[in-house]
Amino acid sequence: MAVSHYMASGMGGIRTAGDLVARMEYSQNMKLKDAKAYVAQKLDLDPLEIGDEQIMRDKREELKLGVVTGLPGAPRGIAAKMNIEKLLGIKINSCDKFRQMMKN
Amino acid sequence: MAANEYYTRMGDGKRVLMTKDQILADIQAGSADAADMGGIQALDDNDVEALLEIVCDRNRTVGVEPGKEVPLTYDIGQLDFTGDNGNSGNGVDMGRLEAALLHERALGADTFELAHSDYSIKPVKPVISMEMQTMEEIQNEIVIPYFYGAMPNMGLYYAPDGPYGNPADLMREFKIEEAMDQAEKSAQALARDIEYVATKIYDAGADGFNFDTTGAAGDADAVGTFNGVEKLRKACPNAYINVGMAGESVMGIHGSIEYDGQVVAGLYPHQQCKLAQKAGANVFGAVVNTSCSKSMAWNLARAVTFVKACTAVSGIPVHVNMGMGVGGIPMFETAPIDAVTRCSKAMVEIAKVDGV
Repeated sequence: MAVSHYMASGMGGIRTAGDLVARMEYSQNMKLKDAKAYVAQKLDLDPLEIGDEQIMRDKREELKLGVVTGLPGAPRGIAAKMNIEKLLGIKINSCDKFRQMMKN
Repeated sequence: MAANEYYTRMGDGKRVLMTKDQILADIQAGSADAADMGGIQALDDNDVEALLEIVCDRNRTVGVEPGKEVPLTYDIGQLDFTGDNGNSGNGVDMGRLEAALLHERALGADTFELAHSDYSIKPVKPVISMEMQTMEEIQNEIVIPYFYGAMPNMGLYYAPDGPYGNPADLMREFKIEEAMDQAEKSAQALARDIEYVATKIYDAGADGFNFDTTGAAGDADAVGTFNGVEKLRKACPNAYINVGMAGESVMGIHGSIEYDGQVVAGLYPHQQCKLAQKAGANVFGAVVNTSCSKSMAWNLARAVTFVKACTAVSGIPVHVNMGMGVGGIPMFETAPIDAVTRCSKAMVEIAKVDGV
């Protein structure tokens, strides 16, 4: 089911910018068109390009947003999400909790 | 197969051959049924033509045009790998961390969620600390938005599983007012449990909460969930909240229970979405049920008609439910990919959903 939907209409998560578009829909109640336009503007890309694996693979590595392959040294998890916070201008709950755990 | 025939499906997944005229007639009938039931507009000629083209595509799978992709939201969490066939799971035992990361890095998931094996709010209460620990651990590794997901499942509050009288039993004894009273008390308990579980899991770093099959136990279940969402929104203003429904119409088991001055029984997706937004949801999960005895064309046209009316009026994004037996997809455990991809494309391109 998950594969069929991804092949038919899914953005592809961190293969492209699917997670970023989802974050704007959920955090700002943005409809799809607005969420894509916002993310595209932040990535300095066209809305068509943010769903393109060939473009987004390098873009995510360059901006340290988390990549889909096991790349030593590339940030993932909280580190990648902290970079996503800065890129999108939003706060992510798990990053806030992580910061609260730090002793200054 | 004759030259004027097309392979398509029934609502139970069985492959059938239909002519283009037969498919067109079913699309028009399915859309008309939704328009009649919901008091909404039927699909116009352009939409009908587009849907006909999608259903009659000769290729095994279809997809949206580049640039029209949408983010996907999931239900059931890792149970799609680990669960038994009651959850349409694969029965493959693995950790919840591994399952989440496989969805992120191998299956192209845009979002995902953590789930308890019973996938209901109530049984999470005694193990909430374990769920919080797992949420913290997975949030350290995952990049995509990661929710906690569960069904409100108000049936668990009724006898013999819960402390309140079972309205179905009480109504059989003609104790109508007592049945309504017990449903209202159950709804209050559900709202309290939602607040407890959801705020705890948000404290553990969850991006938010996915309420799956809201209203499955009827209108009081929906009201209890909306009230719980309202409490969660007040306690956690930045939580991502998805309210997904159980059916196209809220069942009136109580009959007159209200949310925000609105009787909830009998509401359709274009009306449900407004209450979900009022409660504090960020995204609404519209549901339209599949009829096994009708064709996929009939079911899909009907579902697209309902959901298009919903996306047109919703003030928040709409992620349509498209699992087995909803959204035009056949009621079959291993849903055929020709059917799933056609329904997925139609919902995005014709119903204009913000996600699936």
